[in-house]
Amino acid sequence: MSILDSKTPKGPLSEKWSKYKDEINLVNPANKRNIDIIVIGTGLAGGSAAATLAELGYNVKTFCYQDSPRRAHSIAAQGGINAAKNYQNDGDSNYRLFHDTVKGGDYRSRESNVYRLAEVSGNIIDQCVAQGVPFAREYGGLLDNRSFGGVLVSRTFYAKGQTGQQLLLGAYSAMNRQINRGKIKAYNRHEMLDLVIVGGKARGIIARDLVSGEIERHSAHAVVIASGGYANVFYLSTNAMGSNVTASWKVHKKGAYFANLCFTQIHPTCIPVSGDHQSKLTLMSESLRNDGRIWVPAKLEDAKAIQAGKLKPTELKEEDRDYYLERRYPAFGNLVPRDVASRAAKERCDAGFGVNKTGAAVYLDFESAFLRYGKETAKTQHIENPTDEKIRELGKAVIETKYGNLFQMYEKIVDQNPYETPMMIYPAAHYTMGGIWVDYDLQTTIPGCYAAGEANFSDHGANRLGASALMQGLADGYFVLPYTIGSYLAADIRTGPISTELPEFEEAEKNVRTQLENLINNKGTKSVDHFHKRLGKIMWDKVGMSRNATHLNEAIVEIKALRDEFYKDVRVPGTANEMNPELEKAARVADFLELGELFAKDALHRNESCGGHFREEYQTKDGEALRDDENFMYAAAWEYTGNPADAILHKEDLNYENIEVKTRSYK
Amino acid sequence: MRLEVKNAHYSLLITQYPILESMKLTLKIWRQKSASAKGKIETYQVDGIEPDMSFLEMLDVLNEGFVEKNEEPVVFDHDCREGICGTCSLQINGEPHGPDSLITTCQLHMRKFNDGDTIVIEPFRATAFPVIKDLMVDRSSFDRIQQAGGYISVNTSGNTQDANNIPISKEDSDLSFNAATCIGCGACVAACKNASAMLFTAAKVSQFALLPQGKLEATRRVLAMVEQMDKEGFGNCTNTGACEIECPKGISLENIARMNREFMSASTEG
Repeated sequence: MSILDSKTPKGPLSEKWSKYKDEINLVNPANKRNIDIIVIGTGLAGGSAAATLAELGYNVKTFCYQDSPRRAHSIAAQGGINAAKNYQNDGDSNYRLFHDTVKGGDYRSRESNVYRLAEVSGNIIDQCVAQGVPFAREYGGLLDNRSFGGVLVSRTFYAKGQTGQQLLLGAYSAMNRQINRGKIKAYNRHEMLDLVIVGGKARGIIARDLVSGEIERHSAHAVVIASGGYANVFYLSTNAMGSNVTASWKVHKKGAYFANLCFTQIHPTCIPVSGDHQSKLTLMSESLRNDGRIWVPAKLEDAKAIQAGKLKPTELKEEDRDYYLERRYPAFGNLVPRDVASRAAKERCDAGFGVNKTGAAVYLDFESAFLRYGKETAKTQHIENPTDEKIRELGKAVIETKYGNLFQMYEKIVDQNPYETPMMIYPAAHYTMGGIWVDYDLQTTIPGCYAAGEANFSDHGANRLGASALMQGLADGYFVLPYTIGSYLAADIRTGPISTELPEFEEAEKNVRTQLENLINNKGTKSVDHFHKRLGKIMWDKVGMSRNATHLNEAIVEIKALRDEFYKDVRVPGTANEMNPELEKAARVADFLELGELFAKDALHRNESCGGHFREEYQTKDGEALRDDENFMYAAAWEYTGNPADAILHKEDLNYENIEVKTRSYK
Repeated sequence: MRLEVKNAHYSLLITQYPILESMKLTLKIWRQKSASAKGKIETYQVDGIEPDMSFLEMLDVLNEGFVEKNEEPVVFDHDCREGICGTCSLQINGEPHGPDSLITTCQLHMRKFNDGDTIVIEPFRATAFPVIKDLMVDRSSFDRIQQAGGYISVNTSGNTQDANNIPISKEDSDLSFNAATCIGCGACVAACKNASAMLFTAAKVSQFALLPQGKLEATRRVLAMVEQMDKEGFGNCTNTGACEIECPKGISLENIARMNREFMSASTEG
């Protein structure tokens, strides 16, 4: 065990970043041309970092497994991006955004990183508008805002229900400009399979061309991991099918500590599972909770009738409905943070009040929004004495403008019309606050290896607020890394290109080839998906929304056993020298089978309930999370020893000098 | 009220789904071993398909069957499975993304088909979209069009002007957003008898043409992007309109009209 140093600059919180930027080492423009940087992942963090570093003059190579950088899963983010602009004049400020984010993270994030995030948040919006990102605007021509969970101000900027896509396309367009200039070389349909360390520094990667199967060596003076989160360890999550932890896991195995794995976010509003062959879960944006009200039947017999299909939700009167979030949390109501909302939904469903045939669903109802917006529109359009029907029609039109694509998406999947009957939703694995440990520079414990976006652990603590992932990804890529990585690279202005003939590259390539050959040649009988599904089940059942020591210990044993079985019995058809999705999946699942074990170990060691990590043994009498600040106010960073169960714990103590640590209450 | 251990309850539910009406289907699928190999349609049977399954989940079932027999599964592009990344790209019974409108392949559900149906599944066909393997094609031509001019030439600035400095009318902003919803899937190309990429290119040109930030470089942008589009081997536009009908995001033909105007004005400038 050791105490980690975040290398946070000294001085008052609001001046740390600006003073730091004034004092860091710089690289002169001519020298930047002699420096190579590799970026893994082209989502918001990776794409923005690659574009900005290339603009500055570095030679950048990007790698993504998809066929184009624009396919990164950041594209699916729906609801919005936070920034402390205070355009709505409702009391927002850098400090308040910082405060809300630290509180939302249940006091388990690094103060200095979060303050910096809030500080640059406004710049992000300005930059996106300059790039031509079509944010929603009001009639006066200015940007519109909406509210998100866990906050009392309206600071979220959005582009209908497609904010992630629009922001990513902004970064993608900036990348394209650099590709056109020759400053970025984009290796699409390529997957990083190992990190190469030379002289103690990250100096390159081994990558596989997914089309030809060829193994390639790529060198650089620094490597940025921006490959996203590990929610797919649950098999069913809102992530893309290809989302994986491989790049992060491989750098972890080479010495980058992996932190806070147990802080994972279960998103409360996703479309419920419909059957055994479900391949992924679909997110319904949190922004819907601005206008939707969550409820279950108040009476058990009504719930049973609905489950059996004998009663319709529209037939239940108001007094027979339990708007349980409004009941339990009057101050925040339906906009409580995600962990609170997810646990509340689970509590009602476990008690028998769920509303679909499996009992694992609650309602997200827009009826009162239809009426409210309808009445408002009737007024502004001077319609005298509108009928109920007219009001509803007007209201539906407003909802359609705000969330149109989300409602359509729901209908296609569930085959029910959410304009006529309430939506059904249930929590699903969505985002991972845990990730590669990084210091204030976003550098991992491997010199020259950086981690940005969801791949790193830093800014969201134990729970991420809605609309802040987009903020963090772009902050890291546009406004943090270009400075901090430059400071490191100032030492490399004379190094010259790193040779890929070095023995370290040869060794790493050999290991990658061996790994792939073992998978291809294995004489197994079961598909990769078979093992992935079983892993997902163990994780959801025993390391999911609600955890306890018994189950966590069982999970550790079961995952190890499953991993051993995987290596004995996985079957991967085809060869390694061609496009082979089964082989790609096998290598990714192999990494999840290790990560899952460390995840359970991290959850077991953290004897408190905090944010997205809920331990049944540590709760208040109302069922809320019970933190143990005295013993657990730290980030748990794990060092790989060859066996996930034997990982060594390093702690980063978290000290809050600028915010009063309170029990997180949304009542 | 304490949260109790009820996780087991949830997982039991997963394995106890009643199988309602399950379907048997005949699938005629394009198989092609590699870019240079000859391809052909192969016929397969698949069983136990439920109406609530998505089309790709149905293919997962088919592929699980292949793995069980140690045969190579059908290769197809997919990722988000929620209609936004633009990766999935199957021509189903002759229509890009299959029957139903305003959806992508991954959003198509089996309730659109009947027990006993035959479904023909092919890749998106175009010279500019060469086949990589089976149903997977190479759409890097789309990226190259974007690289030619689909951007506003502004560096990341720590000090750019405030986002609200230039008001943009809600109408223009909404039209720009609508054009920007293009997911780059290529259905427009696949639907077009000429394999034209006009709707795709016009969507990006329009997004920027409607915003003040984009107007500065409008001339250079439209000429460069159209030139690249032509170089890639896409066909010409003959105003058929199949693209608009098949586009999963409902991108309007008006964007093509707008690009044509931009192109005319750029070509006659100076």
